[in-house]
Amino acid sequence: MSAIEIPKPDPRILARRDAIVAGLAALLPPTSLITEEDERRAYDTDALTAYRRVPLAVVLPETTEQVSKVLTFLNREGVKVVARGAGTSLAGGAIPSEDAVVLGVSKMSRILDVDTANRTIRVESGVTNLGVSGAVSHLGFFYAPDPSSQLACTIAGNIAMNSGGAHCLKYGVTTNNVLGVKIVLIDGTIVEIGGAHMDASGYDLLGLIVGSEGQLGIVTEATLRILPLAEGARPMLMGFQSAEDAGACVAAIIASGIIPVAIEYMDRPAIQVCEAFAHAGYPLDVEALLIIEVEGSEAEIEDLIGKITRIAADYNPSGLRISQSEAESAAIWKGRKSAFGAMGRLADYICMDGTIPTGQLSAVLTGIARICEGYGLRVSNIFHAGDGNLHPLVLFNANDPEEQYKAERCGEDILKLCVDLGGCLTGEHGVGIEKRDLMTYQFNTIDLDQQMRVKTALDPQWLLNPNKVFPLAGRPV
Amino acid sequence: MTSILLPDSEAEIEAIVHEAAQSRSPLAIHGGGTRPLGRPVHADRALSTKLLTGITLYEPSELVISARAGTPLAEIQQTLAANRQRLPFEPIDYRRLLGNHGIPTIGGVTASNSSGPRRLQSGAARDSLIGVRATTGRGETIKSGGRVMKNVTGYDFVKLLAGSWGTLGVLTEVTYKLIPEAETELTLLLTGLSAQRAVEAMTAALGTPFEVTGAAHLPAIDGMPTRTALRLEGFDASVAYRTDRLDQVLKPFGAFETITAEASRVLWRTIRDVEALETPQDASIWRISVRPSDGPKVGEQLVTRLGSRVLYDWAGGLIWASATPEGDGGASVVRGAVAAVGGHATLVRGSPELRATVPIFEPETPGVAAMSRLIKATFDPAGVLNPGRM
Repeated sequence: MSAIEIPKPDPRILARRDAIVAGLAALLPPTSLITEEDERRAYDTDALTAYRRVPLAVVLPETTEQVSKVLTFLNREGVKVVARGAGTSLAGGAIPSEDAVVLGVSKMSRILDVDTANRTIRVESGVTNLGVSGAVSHLGFFYAPDPSSQLACTIAGNIAMNSGGAHCLKYGVTTNNVLGVKIVLIDGTIVEIGGAHMDASGYDLLGLIVGSEGQLGIVTEATLRILPLAEGARPMLMGFQSAEDAGACVAAIIASGIIPVAIEYMDRPAIQVCEAFAHAGYPLDVEALLIIEVEGSEAEIEDLIGKITRIAADYNPSGLRISQSEAESAAIWKGRKSAFGAMGRLADYICMDGTIPTGQLSAVLTGIARICEGYGLRVSNIFHAGDGNLHPLVLFNANDPEEQYKAERCGEDILKLCVDLGGCLTGEHGVGIEKRDLMTYQFNTIDLDQQMRVKTALDPQWLLNPNKVFPLAGRPV
Repeated sequence: MTSILLPDSEAEIEAIVHEAAQSRSPLAIHGGGTRPLGRPVHADRALSTKLLTGITLYEPSELVISARAGTPLAEIQQTLAANRQRLPFEPIDYRRLLGNHGIPTIGGVTASNSSGPRRLQSGAARDSLIGVRATTGRGETIKSGGRVMKNVTGYDFVKLLAGSWGTLGVLTEVTYKLIPEAETELTLLLTGLSAQRAVEAMTAALGTPFEVTGAAHLPAIDGMPTRTALRLEGFDASVAYRTDRLDQVLKPFGAFETITAEASRVLWRTIRDVEALETPQDASIWRISVRPSDGPKVGEQLVTRLGSRVLYDWAGGLIWASATPEGDGGASVVRGAVAAVGGHATLVRGSPELRATVPIFEPETPGVAAMSRLIKATFDPAGVLNPGRM
């Protein structure tokens, strides 16, 4: 009884499958076209694994020109196209339909130009997030957005979803770190937007493209901002006996004028699971744990940690621990970054991504507990406390369809609560199919109609990733 | 004679724009009217948001502020200063450069995506803008973003509306994230460097982790040598440490002096507001964005061929240049120099005749122009909002 509808495939497209595949074969090298069903099956879902559809075909172009040819052809044939990075979307952003062609960017993964003097890097969009930092770390630079999936996820997917990460508190999200893109529109037109200079003239098309979930075009290259690596960084752990104390402590730190690189929050269930997995030395006798990271020189780090410790003293912290070594810092972050994986060993879960004003932290946690209790489901909260971006994990048993249904309803109620408290449905994962039908809760018809007009203007047939972002009802005919 | 409409509510703006769209009667859109940039708009009526005022939300502990579009920038800055906070992007005040006396509004800052020296480190206005409300050319008010720091729900019209010069919608309310004021501000000043050496010095400083929040090169004026300024902000001990470390990095570029507190703040205000180019008042002024390493090459060409006075900001990536008011106001030389390296140039100041004949903004590639036209048509199908301005 899956709740999220994926529209039935268009029988006219399915009937023409052979001709469509033959057309693609004429445009691409043989290694860039996947037609066998067992191989296509590898592309039937992303990290929202409860939903699967085997696509009509999969193409893996090697160049922007091939992407252009493929889109020109599919646009003419009226065939849907679902762009895919590494398939790590938690929102179902890369899930295809049976009448769609998946266009993967995995064969376009070259670093094109590193320019430390101008602090930029130009890459093909299939390069991984960590691959960008890896290409410049020996020069003393890094790429700032750091989603937990950074080992696998691609820049193409990061741009599509405007991805964030734990360290965005200081450095911003993807949209703040992209200077230019090369994008292919549905009619095959290749457009270069922005470049290595700052602030493209004219409309901020770059700002529109980032976060448009592959619905306006397919990005094949990007120019990204790189930053000098800090001299050092150090996380500290602070436990609290209540969510209220932890939330108030976060507010006090921010209000003091300190912007740490990251402030991460875990509740008791998350602490237990992550500690068992990573042996990071998390305190086990607290209700809430903050991981706060500061950076700079040794003296600057000590100064900031001293300031934070003094502020925290008013909020009954316990188990205060400051990392003493690189190994200890790595373990602390390993616990946090593997939280979702560790949780997945215990139970199935859906990971929500609402954002709230930071002043509402304890209110939202109380509300989440109440909602989950109402459904008889367990929840574990892990989130970016500094910017109010929540990741409640609602635990359930995927072999029990009724429980999955309940978990999805529970997740929806949590996201509605986020909106009610002045926040939004998604802070960094994107809408995808997962939150598509909740969009009417955050936006009214006027808002959504204007967004859909832009979609229609740039993709008149709604071929690019069409089943996502907007509710199926109320779309332009 | 242009009549000026002064609505003080969103509902009134909706009614005005709706009627304008019905009658296909264009509107010139203003805030305080202190940034008369872009092409002159031909409209019988102007709509100013300057009576749509008031801070609607300010949560210092959440680093967020919302205000109606016509709220004076000064009111916002004073409110923030009382809590030792500020807008991150240091918006330019164009009044001296453009010789006018209006009251800059937060809506005008947003519509023009006006950013100053700290853009280098903290991003542009569009990077701090987290929510907008705007009345489109259909007379309907849309919202995008909100009041939270991370939000990827739906298309990012926040960015699209920032810097759209009132051509996609009349901004009615904006929300910005904030940063704390720094405990200490200090500026390192190198003197007598050529533009090329200055950019090398700024690049060296920005390649370090020492978080330079401003990097500018001022031209030689009135017998004074050129000055190259690097700003550090933060906690006292940290600024002292970073000054010390930059001392080593900057050794090859000669000795520097340091200025702090008010002296430093005054210097960065003059850089932000481009005071070095204020006179002669009839000179045309260009604002040029290129890769920092291309800055000196472009700047030197303008000096040689147009006799320009040049101010470099953003470590060389932003060039402010004066040029003759005669002929094309330097347009062909500026456009040629920028085209050779990639980037864009905007004519910021020029006589009405010049602004009517020379393209104000960088000519767009066919692909970008086509996308922009399609998007404009969705927001303003009747073409009544600031027609021709961009």
